[in-house]
Amino acid sequence: MREINVNLITQTIASLCRSTCTDLPQDVYDRLKEARAAEKGGMAQKTLDILIENADISKQKKIPICQDTGMACIWLKVGQEVHFVGGDLNEAIQQGVRQGYEEGYLRKSIVYDPVFDRVNTQDNTPAMITYEIVPGDKIEITLAPKGFGSENMSQIRMLKPSDGVEGIKSFVLNVVESAGANACPPMVIGVGIGGNFDKVALLAKQAMMAPIEAHHPDKRYADLEDELLERINQLGIGPAGFGGGTTALALHIETAPTHIAGMPVAVAICCHVSRHEKVIL
Amino acid sequence: MIKKITTPLTSQVARSLRAGDQVLISGTIYTGRDAAHRRLVEMLDRQEPLPFDVTDAIIYYVGPTPTPPGAVFGSGGPTTSGRMDAYAPRLLALGLRGMIGKGYRSSQVVEAMKANDGVYFGAIGGAGAVIGASVKKCEIIAFEDLGPEAIRRLEVEDFPAVVVIDHEGNNLYEQGRQAYLDSLAK
Repeated sequence: MREINVNLITQTIASLCRSTCTDLPQDVYDRLKEARAAEKGGMAQKTLDILIENADISKQKKIPICQDTGMACIWLKVGQEVHFVGGDLNEAIQQGVRQGYEEGYLRKSIVYDPVFDRVNTQDNTPAMITYEIVPGDKIEITLAPKGFGSENMSQIRMLKPSDGVEGIKSFVLNVVESAGANACPPMVIGVGIGGNFDKVALLAKQAMMAPIEAHHPDKRYADLEDELLERINQLGIGPAGFGGGTTALALHIETAPTHIAGMPVAVAICCHVSRHEKVIL
Repeated sequence: MIKKITTPLTSQVARSLRAGDQVLISGTIYTGRDAAHRRLVEMLDRQEPLPFDVTDAIIYYVGPTPTPPGAVFGSGGPTTSGRMDAYAPRLLALGLRGMIGKGYRSSQVVEAMKANDGVYFGAIGGAGAVIGASVKKCEIIAFEDLGPEAIRRLEVEDFPAVVVIDHEGNNLYEQGRQAYLDSLAK
């Protein structure tokens, strides 16, 4: 058994909040540059130039890449040999978010009540936490501040098995086309297929955070990833929606077993500011 | 060619702008997003004066990050404009001339723009650090309790934007996409 003080969790989360909001992941940055080189010119190239310049300034001067510093989404994979000491783990995570958002001059964007009061909690809590218990004595923490311009464009559909792969393709293309300029393209897209209503959303989110170059291990799904990305980039929406060949930077699929009666599909949309960072303690 | 425009944005200048024009905006603009718009419209319902004169004004749909010590402004790119569609026609009818945001607008907003010489500018979503640098002065003038959603008066210099929908209803999102698709067909 390994003892871990929850203070370490607080400090780690606080530091991740700050760094993810100012430092774009290198693979996303590199893909923006490749996309810039591939565009033919005009507004598309100019827009990508500004996004690259923006990422450079943010990293250098520690100014948030985007003003929507998001809802703090946190995934914890906890080794079953770990024993937390020093306080309440949940509260330690929320404290990390509170601290990180305050110290980093990050925007607090959470309201207590979704419908009636909508009063800001002033410290960006609560964070959305997903736990997973795994073998071992390590903790893996992934933090993704998720902006809502793109989150609002994500969708779930409970497709029928008879809809088949064509049903999945037309749903994904439809979601991306209706997201369009609202989702701050070029987008990063995660598609979850299988599981049930709640699991499929989680799969889509995990897919959204996969390394840009990654592919599904099953070649059939890997080919589907390539085909969907190509067809999305033929929609012509382009950077910022001003027209062009870069509507999405990447598309990944995650799959899971499902029920004989169903084929759930979720499409998680992220803008080009695909912020996420992982640390292992 | 990049057009330089200065606020207040008169009807005459608004009518000279075309979808696709790149502009640099200087002068005073006001911030306002979801909760602030709701309050503005509630004030109009109660026949109260608004916290600023909307005539020939530009509203920027943004909720900036907190300003760090020693800085004038934080990060401040546009938010999705469609959430303000329910409120924008009322403000346009009162003389609001320009809106800066990102994303699609409803047909009701476009009709109100055509009727009132309104212009919808697009700023680049997710370029908050670059755009924030064009803000030279920032002051909260209303609804301070709303935090990032409070109304701020900004003095901007060469704020970079693009005319997305002009006063005739021409739309860059449609034209730009079509131009790309036509280039593929060639």
